[in-house]
Amino acid sequence: MRVGILYSRIRKDEKLLLNELRDRGHEIEKIDVRKERFGLESTTAAVDDLDLVVDRCLSTSRSLYATRFLDSYGVPVVNSPETGDVCADKAKNSLALAEADVPTPATEVAFTKEAALEAIESFGYPCVLKPVTGSWGRLMAKIDSRNAAEAIVEHKETLGHYEHKVFYVQEFVDKPGRDVRVLAVDGEPVAAMTRSSDHWLTNAAKGGETKSFDLDERATELVERASDAVGGGMLGVDLMEVGVDPDGDGAETGVDPDGDGAETGVDPDDDPAEGTADDYTVHEVNHTVEFKALDSATDVDVPARVVDWLEAKAAELADGAVAGVDA
Amino acid sequence: MLVHGRVAGTMTSDTDTLTAEDPIAGEEIEIPADVEVGEIIDSPVTGTELEVISLDPVVLEEAPELEEDWGE
Repeated sequence: MRVGILYSRIRKDEKLLLNELRDRGHEIEKIDVRKERFGLESTTAAVDDLDLVVDRCLSTSRSLYATRFLDSYGVPVVNSPETGDVCADKAKNSLALAEADVPTPATEVAFTKEAALEAIESFGYPCVLKPVTGSWGRLMAKIDSRNAAEAIVEHKETLGHYEHKVFYVQEFVDKPGRDVRVLAVDGEPVAAMTRSSDHWLTNAAKGGETKSFDLDERATELVERASDAVGGGMLGVDLMEVGVDPDGDGAETGVDPDGDGAETGVDPDDDPAEGTADDYTVHEVNHTVEFKALDSATDVDVPARVVDWLEAKAAELADGAVAGVDA
Repeated sequence: MLVHGRVAGTMTSDTDTLTAEDPIAGEEIEIPADVEVGEIIDSPVTGTELEVISLDPVVLEEAPELEEDWGE
């Protein structure tokens, strides 16, 4: 297989992938998108005769444009620009999940400070304000009061980029101190882990502790449906468990027993793994998924499974091309 | 050797490592021999992220700052 890797930065994830591809004898064309130009009919990048190009761009804007250009030249690329377009934008991501009836946190988008404050007040406190584009927990705000809401919204209005004036407001989900990250290829789970933290943000990039996680039937079903909802590919599907009773005492998370606005937190001494979730909510699907943490946290050889999928994808494309010629 | 503000290094006789000059600290550092162009490594001296610009000679540059659209 001749495989191209779109990148601007070789992280441990890309290194794992490159090593696995080389170990299997595949030819690799590394394409540093910072050095290339993309015209309407051709590119300076060496993409001729590649069986497949894998988008590993760290920059969302570069990822979206480069994959769109390659697609227009007829170069097979994963993930597709359509999937990237949906996943790169939290509002589009939420809409796609909701349209597919995948449970996802209640969300509203507003375009002015006044409308954003109305949305925040309608959710009540705490609620969450996120940038529509971004990752690794950057600029995420858990809003606990009207005063905080006014300050955060006012500050966001001054940040400059127009996207900061697209206010993405979401219900706060009282997860049991962790969320679940699943790497899936065309809806089939490869590996799953929990990311735990005392902080409300549990991203591995924020220092959340990772641990292997066994998906139950419901989670597996939701991963497949979430993948389909955004167009498939190699994806990082993020789920939160809802209704977890961590110690079996009947007190679930997300419950405000005395109605005073103070939620029942999870006892940090309890191991949430001992609780069982009533259900899950899918809060995000990522299209340039990192997998080094999953590779370390689980027994799965993640890069090997990813390359298995890439090989199958390339074979499928080759079969399709042959069928097209035969027809 | 200074190459356009970058610092070039050399391969040592030790096959497990390469040596290169840290462009920030100006000190010679050892980096894994299997690094590749585009790879990000942490400087053992300053902790700064460095990008491998070339391998022959080994040239390191301070890696680009985090940008707003970086991520997954």
